[in-house]
Amino acid sequence: MSELTAWDKVCLARLSARPTTLEYIECIFSSFIELHGDRAFGDDKAIVGGLALLDDMPVTVIGNQKGRNTKENIERNFGMANPEGYRKALRLMKEAEKFHRPIITFVDTPGAFCGIGAEERGEAESIAKNIMEMTNLKTPIISIVIGEGSSGGALGIGVGDRIYMLENSIYSVLSPEGFATILWKDSARAQEAANMMKITAEDLYKFEIIDGIIPEVNGGAHNSKEETAQKIKEVLLKSIQELNKKSVKELQDERYEKYRKIGRRM
Amino acid sequence: MINSTPDIPVGKWIKCDFCGEILYKDHIRQNLNVCTNCGNHFRLSARRRINQIVDENTFEEFDADMLSENSLDYPDYETKLEQLREKTGMNEAVKTGVGEIEGIRTVLAVMDGNFLMGSMGTVVGEKITRAIEYATENKLPLCIFTVSGGARMQEGILSLMQMAKTSAAIARHHEAGLLYITILTDPTTGGVSASFAMQGDIILSEPNCLVCFAGPRVIEQTIKQTLPEGFQRAEF
Ligand SMILES: [Zn+2]
Repeated sequence: MSELTAWDKVCLARLSARPTTLEYIECIFSSFIELHGDRAFGDDKAIVGGLALLDDMPVTVIGNQKGRNTKENIERNFGMANPEGYRKALRLMKEAEKFHRPIITFVDTPGAFCGIGAEERGEAESIAKNIMEMTNLKTPIISIVIGEGSSGGALGIGVGDRIYMLENSIYSVLSPEGFATILWKDSARAQEAANMMKITAEDLYKFEIIDGIIPEVNGGAHNSKEETAQKIKEVLLKSIQELNKKSVKELQDERYEKYRKIGRRM
Repeated sequence: MINSTPDIPVGKWIKCDFCGEILYKDHIRQNLNVCTNCGNHFRLSARRRINQIVDENTFEEFDADMLSENSLDYPDYETKLEQLREKTGMNEAVKTGVGEIEGIRTVLAVMDGNFLMGSMGTVVGEKITRAIEYATENKLPLCIFTVSGGARMQEGILSLMQMAKTSAAIARHHEAGLLYITILTDPTTGGVSASFAMQGDIILSEPNCLVCFAGPRVIEQTIKQTLPEGFQRAEF
C-alpha cells in the first residue's frame, strides 16, 4: 500500500500539525457539549469528553487531547492523562451506558503520564478499571486511533466493539523510545525499534486486532482534516448502524471474543 | 555476622536486600522465605510459592506445556526463551492451576519473576485467561499472585492486548459473583498493575512491595526530580 516506513509513520502521527481530537469532533459532530471533571479530584485536560450529535444521533465522545503548540501542549500535558482523566472518561461512559448511547473514542497519546501525583492517585488502578469496565459495557463502543496509540494509556480508553486506525497512525505496547530503552538501554535506537515493533495500521490489521484502516489524503491527515474527518464519519455511521442491530448480550459476547482470540492457543 | 567476608560459603548464606542482614538460608526457608531480622519477604519462585500456599498433593497444573511464539520476529527471542526454560525449569512466567487452600478449592495463577521479569506476553495472558474462565465455569474463587515488569516488549502489541483479554475474563468472573483476591508481590508494575492486579475484590500486598504503573526510574527521568523515600511501596 504505502511506501512509508514505520518510523515515517511515527513522525507523521506525532506531527504538531496533525489534527487532534477536538478538531475532528468539530468537523464530524454537531452541538458538542464538553463535560468536565472526574467528580473526585479535578479536570484532566489531557482527555476531553462530552455529548454530541452524529447527524441526529446522540453519542458520547471521548478522546486524548494533544496541543497544537507548546503552550497548549503544556496545558494538555502533551496528551498524557492522569488518573482523573481516565476516571472522567469512565464516568462519561457509564452515563452513555445508562442511556444506551454509542460511545466513540479517539486515541492519541504517547502514554499515560508518569509522575508522582499520577502514581499517588492510582494511575494503574484507573486504567485497569477502565479496561475491565469497557470490556463489558452494555452499549456500543467504537475506537479510532487518530495519531499515537501507546501503551496502557491508550488502551485505557481504547477497548471497543470496532477498532479503526487512520492510515498513518500507530498503536504500540510502548513508545519506540521506551521500547529501545527497556530492551537495549538506548532510547536513541527508537527508529530501529519502530521498524521492528509492528505498530502500523497494516500490522494491526494483519494481527486482526483492528477492524479496518481509514485512508488519509496524500501526505497525511494534516493536509485535509475535513476530508479525513469525513472518512471517519462514514466509518462511524456504518459501524453504529451495524452495532445498533445487536442485542446487549450479542455486543458483550462478540466484544469478549474479539479480545479473547488475540494470542489464543488451542 | 553482618560483614559479608569472602569466606562465607556461596549458596549457604543470603543477604536481605531490605535490612542488609546476612542470613542462613535454611533458617529463611524454615521461615517461609521471610527475613528473620526485618520481616522482608524474599522473592519466591512460582513453584515454591505454590508449595507454601496450597495443601499438599492437591495442586493440578493447567497448560504447563504452552510455549510462546515469536510473532514479531524479534531477534533471538526463541533462544532467550529456551535459555530461560532451562534455567528456571518453567516454560513461561506464570503457573496456573487449581488446588485446595485449607480445604477450599481455589483457582490459582502464580507469576514468576525469574522468567523475563514476569512479563506478560501472549502465553501468560492466555494461561491466566484460561484459569479465570475455569474459575468462572466451575464457580470457584480465584487467587492471583502478581510479580511483573509489565507487558512483554518482545511480543509488542499482542502483549498489550492481553491486558484487555485478561480484564474481560475478570469482568465475567466478577459478574458471576465470585471472589477474586490478588496478592501483589515485588515488583508489580506496568501492564499487569494496570490490568488484573488491580481488579481484585481484595488486594493484598507483601510488605515493602513496589506497586506502580511507571517504575521509579522512568518517573525520575520524566519529571527530573528525586522521589520521596518509600514512594510506590505498598505502605506508601
Ligand atoms: Zn531483612
